[in-house]
Amino acid sequence: MVAVKETVEQVKQLDVDQYRYGFTTDLEVDKAPKGLNEEIVRFISAKKSEPQWMLDWRLDAYRRWKTMDEPQWARVLYPKIDFNDSYYYAAPKKNAAPKTLDDVDPAILDTYKKLGIPLREQEILAGVQMSKVAVDAVFDSVSVVTTFKEELKKAGVIFCSISEAIKDHPDLVKKYLGSVVPVTDNYYATLNCAVFTDGSFVYIPEGVRCPMELSTYFRINEKNTGQFERTLILAEKGSYVSYLEGCTAPQRDENQLHAAVVELVALDDAEIKYSTVQNWYPGDAEGKGGIYNFVTKRGDCRGANSKISWTQVETGSAITWKYPSCILRGDNSRGEFYSIAVSNGYQQVDSGTKMIHLGKNTTSRIISKGISAGKSQNTYRGQVSAHRKATNARNFTNCDSLLIGETCGAHTVPYLESKNASAVFEHEATTSKISEDQLFYCRQRGLSAEEATALIVNGFVKDVLQQLPMEFAVEAQKLISISLEGSVG
Amino acid sequence: MLEIRNLHVAIEEGTKKLLNGLNLTIRDGEVAAIMGPNGSGKSTLSYVIAGKEDYKVLDGEILLDGKNLLEMEPDERAAAGVFLAFQYPLEIPGVATMTFLKAALNAQRKGRGEDELTTPDFMRRVKAGAEKLGIPQDMLKRGLNVGFSGGEKKRTEILQMALLKPSIGILDETDSGLDIDALKIVSEGVNALRSAKRSFLVITHYQRLLNYIVPDTVHIMLKGKIVRTGGKELALELEANGYSDYVTNAAA
Repeated sequence: MVAVKETVEQVKQLDVDQYRYGFTTDLEVDKAPKGLNEEIVRFISAKKSEPQWMLDWRLDAYRRWKTMDEPQWARVLYPKIDFNDSYYYAAPKKNAAPKTLDDVDPAILDTYKKLGIPLREQEILAGVQMSKVAVDAVFDSVSVVTTFKEELKKAGVIFCSISEAIKDHPDLVKKYLGSVVPVTDNYYATLNCAVFTDGSFVYIPEGVRCPMELSTYFRINEKNTGQFERTLILAEKGSYVSYLEGCTAPQRDENQLHAAVVELVALDDAEIKYSTVQNWYPGDAEGKGGIYNFVTKRGDCRGANSKISWTQVETGSAITWKYPSCILRGDNSRGEFYSIAVSNGYQQVDSGTKMIHLGKNTTSRIISKGISAGKSQNTYRGQVSAHRKATNARNFTNCDSLLIGETCGAHTVPYLESKNASAVFEHEATTSKISEDQLFYCRQRGLSAEEATALIVNGFVKDVLQQLPMEFAVEAQKLISISLEGSVG
Repeated sequence: MLEIRNLHVAIEEGTKKLLNGLNLTIRDGEVAAIMGPNGSGKSTLSYVIAGKEDYKVLDGEILLDGKNLLEMEPDERAAAGVFLAFQYPLEIPGVATMTFLKAALNAQRKGRGEDELTTPDFMRRVKAGAEKLGIPQDMLKRGLNVGFSGGEKKRTEILQMALLKPSIGILDETDSGLDIDALKIVSEGVNALRSAKRSFLVITHYQRLLNYIVPDTVHIMLKGKIVRTGGKELALELEANGYSDYVTNAAA
């Protein structure tokens, strides 16, 4: 385990506060007035020079949202959110539509540099990174830059911000936007439909294997600003794409809202691999501040033999409410969900997945690893269902929870529903604790308490880490250890 | 050299003493055996030397080569040269034995201000050590102690000791749960590590182990202290007569 030593050194470098992305960037910004109403929705649409159909779609969503109630079923507690107390649009003032990196405000480039996100293609090409990754960087409400566009274009791949896609590829957007997560799906998704500001759009043409990893990096910078991003990924017949998403935010005393919607569509024989490393600011040691993360992510295996795989490493946010799901519509399609959710301090996590088996011979696999420390609460909530036509549906679920200390909680809430007698669902779950004896054993061999914990935790999450692309796996391993800093001793 | 002077230990103050004024000196290169009936405090002694937190040291001192162990964390004691082969080695799921060995070795080297071993150098040492103990390569890739048999666990403990090269190796009932073949392999592994600088503390119930690991001194422990010290023939005497003489004497 190469990263163990690095991890531990990194942990040691940190002060009382462990969140190393907590800095802010001072920029002149263009903001919508505070609050939420039809005028704000129109303001956002106008800022983006959107066509009428998009504005109508947003307004329809907004009106529906007004009639909906916040869901109460998750195992998370937080004060009532005042949706009028947020800004719904904030964009860096200079260079509203940068053409190249040179047009981007250096302060923003600096921010991404501090975050370790390579935006300069020449740097990547010069070998700064091991493999090429195309990045779309979203800063507050706008996409600031997308790299490697030209190279992707040669392969026929479209990778751009959703705002550009609405202008340049309206037919694709019209056809697929809201086709996986309907406008009325849930409170936060509907809100997102009304006020989403930016996000990524990916189109992989028939038979194309995307030549590089695609990645979007989300950063919330402005105070009191909600981030509502929207991502749409389309994989045509026989295509393949691997997509990575990363998120951070500055440290602020107020809670900030993040409500994203991600839709994936895989047609016949297509495969989409979607990985997330979520590291939003989790709040301070007393539970003050942090991001409220209410996210709807869903993939539709629309074609036969298609495959969608979600891998997530969740270490941040004060509240996480997130269930990346698969609709297994095509015959022989396959859905996968691999998750590591780490909670410490006062974090509350309610996360899991839904595997909806509709087609014949559909298979799904769920591996969830929850790690709770401090005073946090960590819930796995998962639904597996087989429609009456889903002959030979198969699911395997494995849910493991690891507790560190005496004051945290782990909860597992599986829902299994089968309307077809041939379906076979398996569910395994364990809850364990890092024992004093295990720690003593490791320490007797020379490892410090922190090194010992990191080693045991890394062993616990190994199955899931293996699913991540190499560069991300190392990063994720570090992140997990940092998140657990201070949980022992 | 390990020196234990007037050691008094309890789970907490005011409760029954588990170690009650224990004195013991083990010279460099010496193999000392401690024998005694159940509940005499043998395992407690090994845990207290290694620094397990469940015990409270009420009085006394433990010095290793003049260094006060009682002031050190368990990992610092390990780096200073204390190795405890556990009676029941713990399982660490998902952490390959090889990974664990490397992490432990490098942590100790770091603790002593030495450079980390290079991977080829480390691999060579592990392979050589594993071969001697009859540990197959694929076992090193499995999670540490997970699904290992009793014998495999004990052999892995000895492999760890061989790599970590302690100045004192404490074997806590290493013979328990071993068949005769495994006992021979483990004993050979220990004997190969004997040197003029390295001492051993061998804790056992039975004389049998001492046929294979021949001690320089044998100590009989009862009610938290050493009640008699002799040469290797003392173990044979015990085997013949049992502990009853000592128990009666101690009660009188």
